[in-house]
Amino acid sequence: MSFSKLFMATLKRDMTIAFRHPSDLVNPLIFFLVVVSLFPLAISPDARYLAEIAPGVLWVASLLATLLSLDMLFQSDYQDGTLEQLLLSPQPLYTSVLAKVVSHWLLSGLPLALISPLLALMLFLPSSAMPTLMITLLLGTPIMSFIGAIGAALTIGLRKTGLLLSLIVLPLYIPILIFAASAVQNAAIGLPVLGHLALLGALLVLSVVLAPLAIAAALRISLGS
Amino acid sequence: MWTWFYRLGSPKWFYGISGRWLPWFLCAAMVLLVTGSVWGLAFAPQDYQQGNSFRIIYIHVPTAFLAQSCYFIMAVCGAIGLIWKMKLSDMVAKSCAPIGASFTFLALVTGAIWGKPTWGTWWVWDARLTSMLVLLFLYLGVIALQSAISDRNQAAKASAVLSLVGLVNIPIIKYSVEWWNTLHQPASFSVVAKPTMPIEMWMPLLIMVIGLYCFFAALLVMRIRVEILEREWRTEWVKALIKKR
Amino acid sequence: MAKTLLQSVNLYCERDQRVLFENLDISVSAGEVLQVEGPNGSGKTTLLRILTGLSDAYEGDLLWQGQPLQKVRESYYQEMQYLGHSAGIKQALTAEENLQWYAVIQAGHLNAGSSSQQRAGNIADILAKVGLRGYEDVPCHTLSAGQQRRVNLARLYLSSATLWILDEPFTAIDKNGIATIETLIEEHVKSGGTVIITTHQDLKSVPNLRKITLGEVLPA
Repeated sequence: MSFSKLFMATLKRDMTIAFRHPSDLVNPLIFFLVVVSLFPLAISPDARYLAEIAPGVLWVASLLATLLSLDMLFQSDYQDGTLEQLLLSPQPLYTSVLAKVVSHWLLSGLPLALISPLLALMLFLPSSAMPTLMITLLLGTPIMSFIGAIGAALTIGLRKTGLLLSLIVLPLYIPILIFAASAVQNAAIGLPVLGHLALLGALLVLSVVLAPLAIAAALRISLGS
Repeated sequence: MWTWFYRLGSPKWFYGISGRWLPWFLCAAMVLLVTGSVWGLAFAPQDYQQGNSFRIIYIHVPTAFLAQSCYFIMAVCGAIGLIWKMKLSDMVAKSCAPIGASFTFLALVTGAIWGKPTWGTWWVWDARLTSMLVLLFLYLGVIALQSAISDRNQAAKASAVLSLVGLVNIPIIKYSVEWWNTLHQPASFSVVAKPTMPIEMWMPLLIMVIGLYCFFAALLVMRIRVEILEREWRTEWVKALIKKR
Repeated sequence: MAKTLLQSVNLYCERDQRVLFENLDISVSAGEVLQVEGPNGSGKTTLLRILTGLSDAYEGDLLWQGQPLQKVRESYYQEMQYLGHSAGIKQALTAEENLQWYAVIQAGHLNAGSSSQQRAGNIADILAKVGLRGYEDVPCHTLSAGQQRRVNLARLYLSSATLWILDEPFTAIDKNGIATIETLIEEHVKSGGTVIITTHQDLKSVPNLRKITLGEVLPA
């Protein structure tokens, strides 16, 4: 069985299931919108303040929205027994895991990146920073999906997974947050951003290659008792 | 050579040998820590810039140092437990987590105590303290994961994977935090002016570091011994031990 | 002389500080049916999960065709299929879509080369075999629990696996369904396949049946 056949089979399956419950897909986006709206309410609707904190707020909000969406990765497959069938497959687990995380990103991270300009408008982010915002989200959300998947795999079937998952995964998200938010800030004041984007790109490559190994190991551990 | 390695993994052997070494570790720890703190806190010369408040580094630096080493030990032992399925290694890793978290917390508190007279605030977001804070989060994550999983072996394996992921991330986190810090703070204070420290200043520091390592070893051994007794409840030698008491 | 397939040597398992089984030596050969019996909580599901290699909460050795299980995982999984307690299918997908995914996931070296048309034809036949002809393209959440179980059973035919490990396969199945499944097991065994099964059901017509009972090997 070739890599692409196996990859596409699981990707297609996850996407098909997701599109049969389209309301679930919208939830992380709504959360993103709500969280971003809280800041002007809590701090000040003044354009100057908001523009200054916009990069950070947008990125923290997408971090939290991604965290919430990690639940959909493995939980339902664990409950209906299809996850353990993946572990019993003679095909490489690495490929199936890769497909699951990619489909998760397509369903959560990519939509977040696509609606971000709308939210950036609400926070008066200068338009010079919009492309950078989208690029950092396009690079950063897959990294968050991969690292978050490690945490999700470690906490399958435990109680209060939401809190535990956040505690485990948030410290690991800090480098992404730092590089991405400062890239958008730089773009807003006209400074170069290529270095930041390169760093994010490097982190992305690292996570695509290494994270599935950790995820597969974590899945075997969580289902092995 | 492998027989030595496997013998090292026998809980019973470890229990016996650690029982003999523990008092020595404790003694060494006490002697070194008392000497180091008295020397550092009372007798070492004043720093010309910061006066007496810098003395807190005699506690801050060793605890910070140990907090990081402890995480490394925890991750390595976790890996050994994962790969070679050595139960003793799992026990070492499990015992490291709370000790390491406490050291990290101490490092943060002493960092704050040092910060107050120097910068006027109890907390400051400098690179070192922020990295320490993130390290504390990593420890808390491992501890939380361990306590959430009821099956001991699964808990050991899961926290081993998590601490290894954390270990890989620590250099990345440190780099990003330092980089972030240089963006927002023009001058960076360093807690220790390393190359120009005279011997009367770094000698007590060295003593404190070694003393704290001994203390850490003693604490670790004590926790592991309890862990061994809990896990090996089935075996003959533990039953005999309990009968003796 | 039938080939020994799966073996356990000196298997020990404890849970919550209670010993489930110890000194357990099992040996299963081609063309046999091994029924694992025992009261609820005696560790039947745990034993089966250990035999599939999912769980490693045990001490002792597991051998597949004479080799340690951990070393030959890939070839073991090409020859073994496991049906656990849970539904094993995605509710949102149709029976056909579920089986299409399984066909790819379970593909071993033997049927890796088949085209998608071949597989589609196969799937329709397979669903007919378990009595679900005509139900290929409705979402599984509209099927009854018994029908869903049969979709899960159908995937046993997607691969050429010789060893079936079945945990309570008759749950939620009516009398006709039970007869169908027993027939399927019989056919499989007659053509050289092997089955390890836990069930409260009395397997009357199954040939070469051997039973072991858990909850009996506790120390005095």
